[in-house]
Amino acid sequence: MDFTPLFHPKTIAVLGVSLTNDRHPANVIYNKIHLRYPVEVYPVNPRGGQFQRDRVYADIADIPVRIDLAVVAARAEFVPDILSRCIKNGVGGAVIISGGFAESGRADLQERLVTLARTADFAFIGPNCLGIYAPTRFDTFFLPGERLVRPDPGPVAIVSQSGGVLVDQMVKFAEQGVGLSLAVSIGNKALIRELDMLDYLSEDPATRVIAFYVEGFDKNEGRRFVQAAASVPKPIIVLKSGKSIEGRRAASSHTASLAGDHKVFSSVLAQHGIVEADNEFEMVSFCESLSCYRKKVQGRVGIITVSGGHGVLVTDICAARGLAVPQLSDDTRQKIKESLSASVQEIASLENPVDLTGSARDDDFVAAANGLSRAVEVDCVILLLLPYSPGISSDLGARLSHVFRRENKPLVAYVPHQEKYRMLIEGFELNDVPVSSSIDGAVLMVEALRRCRTC
Amino acid sequence: MLNREMRDIISRSQKYGWVLEPEAKRLLSLAEIPVPDFRWANSLPEALDAAEDVGYPVVAKIISPAIVHKSEVNGVAVGLENADALTDVFEGFSRLEGFAGVLIEPLVAGIELIIGAKIDYQFGPIILLGIGGTGVEIYQDIALRMAPLSGSDVTSMVASLKGAKLLKGYRGTEPIDMPALIRLVHHFSILVLNLADHIDTIDLNPVMCTGKTCVVADARIMLAEASISIESI
Repeated sequence: MDFTPLFHPKTIAVLGVSLTNDRHPANVIYNKIHLRYPVEVYPVNPRGGQFQRDRVYADIADIPVRIDLAVVAARAEFVPDILSRCIKNGVGGAVIISGGFAESGRADLQERLVTLARTADFAFIGPNCLGIYAPTRFDTFFLPGERLVRPDPGPVAIVSQSGGVLVDQMVKFAEQGVGLSLAVSIGNKALIRELDMLDYLSEDPATRVIAFYVEGFDKNEGRRFVQAAASVPKPIIVLKSGKSIEGRRAASSHTASLAGDHKVFSSVLAQHGIVEADNEFEMVSFCESLSCYRKKVQGRVGIITVSGGHGVLVTDICAARGLAVPQLSDDTRQKIKESLSASVQEIASLENPVDLTGSARDDDFVAAANGLSRAVEVDCVILLLLPYSPGISSDLGARLSHVFRRENKPLVAYVPHQEKYRMLIEGFELNDVPVSSSIDGAVLMVEALRRCRTC
Repeated sequence: MLNREMRDIISRSQKYGWVLEPEAKRLLSLAEIPVPDFRWANSLPEALDAAEDVGYPVVAKIISPAIVHKSEVNGVAVGLENADALTDVFEGFSRLEGFAGVLIEPLVAGIELIIGAKIDYQFGPIILLGIGGTGVEIYQDIALRMAPLSGSDVTSMVASLKGAKLLKGYRGTEPIDMPALIRLVHHFSILVLNLADHIDTIDLNPVMCTGKTCVVADARIMLAEASISIESI
């Protein structure tokens, strides 16, 4: 099955465009593609006529060009026929937005779609989904463009059973500066399922990190998924819901009672090197970190702070996650000390965490980051930057990023995400150093590198 | 692959929905998994002979298709020192529901582990390793992996247990025979893959580990409800 027309269409037909209701999902989709994306788009409605000033095609066969992607937003009972027409007219693939299938008791209708598609080797996403969001290229979400929060193009692909969770995750990606290669809501996943998306994304050159929101797998489908994942050379992150439905049956054996569904899920994912996120927050942190670094760490963390309190907080969080905050050698401390400015040299604490104090200036951070990046006792560095400290300039993000370029030891930063610190944050992000808006998030970024099999 | 005798055991157990302990232990031993030198005695003289054979002190357990949870009906007697004690126990057991004999085996000691399997809906055969005994569900100190397991999977399962220190020798106790445990789990994982269509869960609890051996002291194999007929494979 060729997914290229689905994810890289040059021509799109939107089926179900209404001539009377401009808020119809098909109209929203048609409008946004027509006005904002570099693809040709054609509206289809059996009644034909005019929509705005464009011709509405009564049948997909009337469109003068070959259609790569059909976006179907018509009533469920019409969809099998529409799909047949698409197949007959050589359409490349479809996104079926319409609901009213297996999720509302019409598994028969959904089964007809699958049979049609399989017979013709025709790829479709859905039904009952938002479909595809491909940044700057096109999207099939029936959400008006001005309402969407749009992450920048980037290396992370995300596949979600739920459209709502997907859109919400995109908001968080945008907030945290995580770039997106592709977002796909697979809805009822009648034909294209997580495993198919994994296969496609593992070969997709724009995608470096693959994230999934999964509600559940079919019988033995989880087994096939983790087995396939084991040979994908990219980090895979999974957020699973439905964790609380443990122990439903009165177990006749200890194993059944101890090996609850979620415990099995978590253990098997970890066994196969898939990074499991416990919640949306972890998901974003893991995606950000793994989109910047492909470097495995054991989790021996060197910490730089300007506040003793932050140093203690981050050390506690590291300990809770089993990350080490090792003692620095005399040699490391001596080298850092010698490179600090005179006023800071006397008052800085050169234990781990390295507390540069509120008097520290940019040069002191760079000196400490250099020192820890060259120290064998740590394999990654967390920088806690509090930009209200007067010695910190907006250039510091970019300068510290160069330390990673030079020394190749992963750095992650914590900077409060406020608009006035934007340039400092972008100095990191544009240079592929992950920045979290919380201390917990910075620790999670290290955790991701420790858990990543393919790093 | 299951051999003829293994298939026969599953086949004749299907009417009960589970495998009687001596049958389960025979099945395990066919899969190269160490079990005690057990005997199935149908009468008191057979039981007394068996006990002489394996040597006192012995363990006696009720064999009954009606009794899955033997200890709940006082169907297990541990550490019987002589013929008199065994005679009393045998007579008590013979009055229990569905009596089909008594299992006699030597008493084995060691650190108690649980090794289990379940057929998971999403992931298929899953192997469990944990600290065993009667407190197993209280401590929940377990590790899970999808079968088949690699050697490093078993090592990492052991390492992930809170009780790992107990196994490696704690406060002067002897460390357990780790290669024996790894072999046992490895053979068990192969057996579970071969039985996947027929079973629901397996508990080997306890598995007794010492510095010299790991032996399955009790085994409970629950069969799948709609098991495909063993004759068809």
